Amino acid sequence: MASATAVLQSEWTKVRSVRSTVWTLVTAFAVTVAVGGGISALVTATWGDAPPADRAMFDAAQTSFSGMFLGQLALIVFGVLVIGGEYSTGMIRSSLAAVPQRGVLLAAKVAVATALALVTGMVTSFTAFFVGQAFLGQRATTLAEEGVLRAVFGAGLYMTLITMFAMGVTAMLRSPMLSLGILMPFFFLVSSILAAVPKAKEVAQYFPDQAGARIMQAVPMGDAPYGPWGGLGIMALWVVAALAGGYLVLKKRDA
Amino acid sequence: MIELEGLTKRYGDKLAVDNLTFSVRPGVVTGFLGPNGAGKSTTMRMMLDLDRPTAGSVRIDGKHYRQLDEPLKHIGALLDAKAVHGGRTAHNHLLCLAQSNRIPRARVDEVLETVGLTAVAKKRSGGFSLGMGQRLGIAAALLGDPRILMFDEPVNGLDPEGIHWIRNLMKDLAAQGRTVFVSSHLMSEMALTADHLIVIGRGKLLADTSMADFIAVNSRSFVRIRTPEPERLRDALAKAGASAPATAADGALEVEDLPAERIGELAAEHGLVLHELSPQRASLEEAFMRMTAASVEYQAGAPVPGAVPVPGAVPGGAVQQWGGSWEQRKQGKES
Repeated sequence: MASATAVLQSEWTKVRSVRSTVWTLVTAFAVTVAVGGGISALVTATWGDAPPADRAMFDAAQTSFSGMFLGQLALIVFGVLVIGGEYSTGMIRSSLAAVPQRGVLLAAKVAVATALALVTGMVTSFTAFFVGQAFLGQRATTLAEEGVLRAVFGAGLYMTLITMFAMGVTAMLRSPMLSLGILMPFFFLVSSILAAVPKAKEVAQYFPDQAGARIMQAVPMGDAPYGPWGGLGIMALWVVAALAGGYLVLKKRDA
Repeated sequence: MIELEGLTKRYGDKLAVDNLTFSVRPGVVTGFLGPNGAGKSTTMRMMLDLDRPTAGSVRIDGKHYRQLDEPLKHIGALLDAKAVHGGRTAHNHLLCLAQSNRIPRARVDEVLETVGLTAVAKKRSGGFSLGMGQRLGIAAALLGDPRILMFDEPVNGLDPEGIHWIRNLMKDLAAQGRTVFVSSHLMSEMALTADHLIVIGRGKLLADTSMADFIAVNSRSFVRIRTPEPERLRDALAKAGASAPATAADGALEVEDLPAERIGELAAEHGLVLHELSPQRASLEEAFMRMTAASVEYQAGAPVPGAVPVPGAVPGGAVQQWGGSWEQRKQGKES
C-alpha cells in the first residue's frame, strides 16, 4: 500500500511544477478583486440614480464579490487542468504505474488542489471584501455586521467547492478540452441565464453555483427555499456526486 | 519474475490478447515480438494494471501489481515516451514519481546522469526530442532500482547512438540478474539483444523459446556457391546425393543439405573453380514473418486474384502451419 503522505508529497510536486497552477490561481485572485472593486466603485458613483427599492436591499458584502462570476472561471480552469493534464499528456499512465491504488491517487490529487484552492479562495474573498468596501465609502459594511463574516468566509468556501466540482467532472470526462467546453459555458452563461428565467429558476436554483452563491449574501434576497448554509450544502452535494463519479470512472476504466 | 496466466483482453467482439500464458525469467533479456497490433502494448499495460484483463492474471514476483508495496521499487516500465506532462521539467517529472514511492531525491539526479539528461534536467520535457523523451522514460523506469524492467519498443525513434546505448543498457541490466522484458516488432533488433523470445500474433502465443533454438529451428541455413561452371557443379552435387540446389537471382547456387566443407571437397575432387563458398542463414526477419504472416493485423496491398486465401485462426504455437500458409500465399502472389 502506498504511503498517503508520500503520495500527497508527490502530488504537491506535480501541482507546483506546472505553470498553469500559478497563472490560474493568480488570475482567479486578480479578476475577482479587480472586478469586485470596479463594480463597487461604479455603485458608489451611480448611487444617486438607483431606485429606492435597490438602495433598501443593498448588500455591501455581496457587491464586493461581484467579480466572483468571472474569477470562478479561472479556478474551474485550475481544477480541470490538475486532473485533465494527466490524461491529455499521458502522464496518468506513469502516475498509476507509480500509485496503482487509484482511489489513493485521486484523493491525494484532489486534497492538494483543494488546499490550494482554499487558500486562494480565502485570500481572494477577504481581499475582494476589503477592496470593495474601500470603494463603497459611506455604504461600506464591516465584518462585525450581521452575516458579513459568514458571507466573506463563505465566498472563500464557494471558490474551493467550485474547484472541487471541476475536478470531479474532469475525472469523469477524462479530457480537459471536453471538461472546459462543458463547464465554462455552463457557469458563465447557462446557469445564470436559466436562473433569471421565471419557470427555469425553480430548477436552476439548485445548480451548484446558484445554490452555493447564496452564502455570499449578507442581506437575504430572493425567495430561495434554502438558507446560506443550506445552499452551500447543496453545492457540496454536487461536489460529492462529481467526485464519486470521477472515482468510479478512474477505478473502472482502462488508463 | 513475471508470470502471465491465461491473460485475455477483449474489446467488444475483438480479442486483443488471447489466453497468454508465459513467464519472464530473471537474468536474461526476454524479447516480446509481434507485428503491429499483435497485442504487445495491451499485454504490457495489463502487466502494470493500467488495463484490466477480461480474464487471467499477471503476477509480479508472485503478487498482483496492485499488491506491490511501492511498485517502482519492484518493476520499472517504459511504456511510451509520452507518458509525461510536457509542462514539467525532467527533474520534477522524476521527482514526483520518486516521492510517491519514497525513493530518495538523490536518486533522481543519479538516473538523469545514467541516461545522459543531466544537462537538460531543468528543461521542460515538452521540448524534448523523441530520443530525449525515450531517455526520460527509461530514467523513470530505472528510478526505483527495480529487479524487473519492461520496455515497450524502446528503440523507436532513436538515432543509431541511442539504439546502441539502449541495447547495452538492457544487456547490462540482465547481466546484473534483473528481469528484462522488451517488446519490438523488429526481429533484427531482438536478434541483437534478446536471449529468450516470446512471439505473439493476433494476441495468441506463437512461440516461447530461447533465441538460439528459435534461430536453429526457424532460419533456413544453406551454402551459397558461385562458380563459372554451375552445370558441372550441379552434376557433382547430384552424384554426392544432394538435392537439386536452388539458384539465386545473381546465378549463385544455394545448397541446403551439404555442409560447406563437403562441397569444398567435392569441388576439389572435380577440379571446379569456386568464386564463393559461404555458409548462410536466411534472415531471422524472414523466419519471424513466416511465423506471423497469417496473424498480421494490417496486410499491405489488396489480395491478388487467384491467391490462396490466408487461413484464419490456427491454434496457437502451430509454427509449421503458419509457415506453410505463408509459403502458399507467397506462391499465390507470385503466380
